[in-house]
Amino acid sequence: MNRSKLPVLVALLSLAALALSACGSGTQGEQAITLYNGQHEQTTAALVAAFEKQTGIKVNVRTGDEAELGNQIMQEGSSSPADVFYTENTPVLEALRERGLLAAVTPSTLAAIPSRYDSAQGDWVGVSARVSVLVYNTSAIEPSQLPNSILELAEPEWKGKLGFAPSETDFQPLITSIVKFDGDATAERWLKGLQANSKIYPDNETVVAQVNNGESAVGLINHYYWFRLRAEIGASAMHSALHYYAAGDPGDLVNVSGAAVLKSSSHQAAAQKLLAFLVSHTGQETIAHSHSYEYPLRPGVAPASGLRPFAQIKPPSLTPAELGDGSKALALEQKLGLL
Amino acid sequence: MPSTPIAGRWTRAWSGRRHWPLVSVTGGAIAATLVLLPLVFLIVEAQRSGWSEVQHLLLRHAVAVLLWNTVRLTLACTILCAVLGVAAAWCVERTALPARRLWAVALVLPLGVPDFVVGFGWVSIDPALHGYLAAVMIMTLSLYPLVYLPVASALANLDAGLEEAARSLGLSPWQAFWRVTLRQISPAVLGGCLLVTLALLAEFGAFEIVQYRTFTVEIFTEFKLGFDTVAACVLSLVLVALSIAALLGELSLSARSRSARSGPGARRIAPRVALGRFTLPALAGLSTVSALALGVPLGSLVYWMARGSSTTLPSASILSAAVHTAAYSAAAAVLSTLLAVPVSALAIRHRNRVTVLLERLAYLPMALPGLVIALGLVSFSVRYAFSLYQSSLELIVAYAILFLPLALVGVRSAMGQSSARLEEVGRSLGARPVTVWLRVTLPLIAPGLGAAFALVFISSATELTATLLLHPTGVNTLATQFWAYTSEFSYGAAAPYAALMVAISAVPAYLLSRRMSTLAHTEQRS
Repeated sequence: MNRSKLPVLVALLSLAALALSACGSGTQGEQAITLYNGQHEQTTAALVAAFEKQTGIKVNVRTGDEAELGNQIMQEGSSSPADVFYTENTPVLEALRERGLLAAVTPSTLAAIPSRYDSAQGDWVGVSARVSVLVYNTSAIEPSQLPNSILELAEPEWKGKLGFAPSETDFQPLITSIVKFDGDATAERWLKGLQANSKIYPDNETVVAQVNNGESAVGLINHYYWFRLRAEIGASAMHSALHYYAAGDPGDLVNVSGAAVLKSSSHQAAAQKLLAFLVSHTGQETIAHSHSYEYPLRPGVAPASGLRPFAQIKPPSLTPAELGDGSKALALEQKLGLL
Repeated sequence: MPSTPIAGRWTRAWSGRRHWPLVSVTGGAIAATLVLLPLVFLIVEAQRSGWSEVQHLLLRHAVAVLLWNTVRLTLACTILCAVLGVAAAWCVERTALPARRLWAVALVLPLGVPDFVVGFGWVSIDPALHGYLAAVMIMTLSLYPLVYLPVASALANLDAGLEEAARSLGLSPWQAFWRVTLRQISPAVLGGCLLVTLALLAEFGAFEIVQYRTFTVEIFTEFKLGFDTVAACVLSLVLVALSIAALLGELSLSARSRSARSGPGARRIAPRVALGRFTLPALAGLSTVSALALGVPLGSLVYWMARGSSTTLPSASILSAAVHTAAYSAAAAVLSTLLAVPVSALAIRHRNRVTVLLERLAYLPMALPGLVIALGLVSFSVRYAFSLYQSSLELIVAYAILFLPLALVGVRSAMGQSSARLEEVGRSLGARPVTVWLRVTLPLIAPGLGAAFALVFISSATELTATLLLHPTGVNTLATQFWAYTSEFSYGAAAPYAALMVAISAVPAYLLSRRMSTLAHTEQRS
């Protein structure tokens, strides 16, 4: 290749970039809304396809990390291109609500879901849920050794056996829960115990994978990570199982995934329709069958087979408002140097 | 002015160049504006917090730990990268090493493996890998190409005359290398080290995986768990301070090592050194580096492609993601290189406080997390240029800002090696400034431009954080798709995207290695 070809190649690629950007923004005409999606992409894709088919409203999906999308919406403020924000957890929705960026959800949409899973102010709606559990390696741990309470994991007998991901958004609710039911001092002692006993992993995917291959004996996760790992590597490669804490234990938490309409949206009606669809029978069935392994929150819709029935989960009473934006839990983690 | 006396030739040469700075100054001003955007955002956000909050955030024990972690990692990695990068570049460019062309590509490629793939690969080999030494090893293996590439380019462009003169004066080959060659390539070495330092300050993904806490990790935590942009920006100011220290350090070191050609004539290309009995050790060393830096992450990708049950292969989506990645990266590489030329030209040919400040300023964005840069652009475009918001152009500009330092190092070292005398001769022979630039300057700095393009292209192709915030809605790149699949355990589906990222990065690495060797070849013949 001689010298002259490189600039030609570069020029062609640059032209391609401009052409692509031109056709990327060419979908006008029918009504379209923009969804900022912090949920797992494949579940959302299935939901959006069903919604577009039912209503004819086109949905442009922007997938990202829920916290980064939340920060982005805060920066965008009143000019946000987002109409709807769909997240894995509620603290980010609460943070946006506190800043006055969310519109009230239509009452009939809120009514479709038990009110304990919705925003107390009616600014976002719960869509699906996950349960906090202990995953254990079946060759390292006998079922009889498993703890009834998450608090026991701070005891010295668990030294070197535990793995968890303190930087994940799923972890702070556990701290908030222990603070509420057992007080600040217990929560701090528990975190110190955990710190002494544990290997720290960057995310929940790593926690479940490392417990499964025996690197850690037990790990703190939400139930669906285990089911997803099984779906990816096959049941024969699974050397772990799930353990649920005793009913009412502060560790036996239900974490809610929710959705909200942005106050700045200029497509309020269409955006509210998408929220209504997410909690409709069709939407909730889609979630149940999308291999997300989350619990649909609408009463009467069964979760994926193999999951423990939702009615058997008896979490302690911790409302999304009490969960808040997680800032107190974060401060405690920072104080102890876990983050 | 045909009657100008000979004594006036120098002043004429200087004043004649006034036409040229006009272009440079315009380009420099554009570069400065782009670079200042995120920095202004950072300062505006940080000052919202108030002094007591700044004290609360910065004057705590954890910050001392973070500072110590950041500094000791940066020092160790930078030194190791310098040694590895220079040694590898010397082997490839100056010795009769077998399969040099292959090595020239393989040694650059680790740059094309995204940090999250590297971390993923190492942790899947040894889940217990974490802490300081793990971070030093992983970062050295992924960043040494930042030293290798500018140094290889400088060595390829080197005039053998000085070295031969040194040998003829009785220096041993080793002494000649140490006292002459190294001094000639020292702008490239220092520039590469600067890039490594800045990249380390901004690194997040790999440190998160090996649980090594630096300032950037803390900044991400504030963003992700605290939704606290202000706190994150206050902490980012520490990164700015650290990078200013690095920039001043590099400036004072490079001021001591001014290099110039032995004479204004054509340079001579040095003959390659026969390695003899050192051939095997050299090959073993390079193989080890490549196996660790490339083999480990690629091996884990192959493993997941073979083992994972999820598959990609709605091949349209992977193809479209690949085309987007290549197009965005190429456009960003062109823009960055175009901006780097006037900035370097001003700082080298018209050196004064302002031009040096501009050049130093252009390095700062690289030390900041991509998240901060991207949020700065979000904040600016939402307020003042909404039609640009989340457009392809904005993403390309973001890459160009983030990776401008990579382009600068390539261009600057080439421009520093090319003698300004040649331009002056061209001017004195009556050529117009544009002609001089095209026929004298451009050929002289061409290898530097190639290195600049390749470095920016490869880094843009693997960028994730800013891409997630700024890409046009509905458009996916290889990095965003890889991220989306791994975050839902579909490793089998994710692996082809990462493999394609590496493959795309191989293209500029390959073209660059060919260019450098054809260049050397033609000059050797002429």
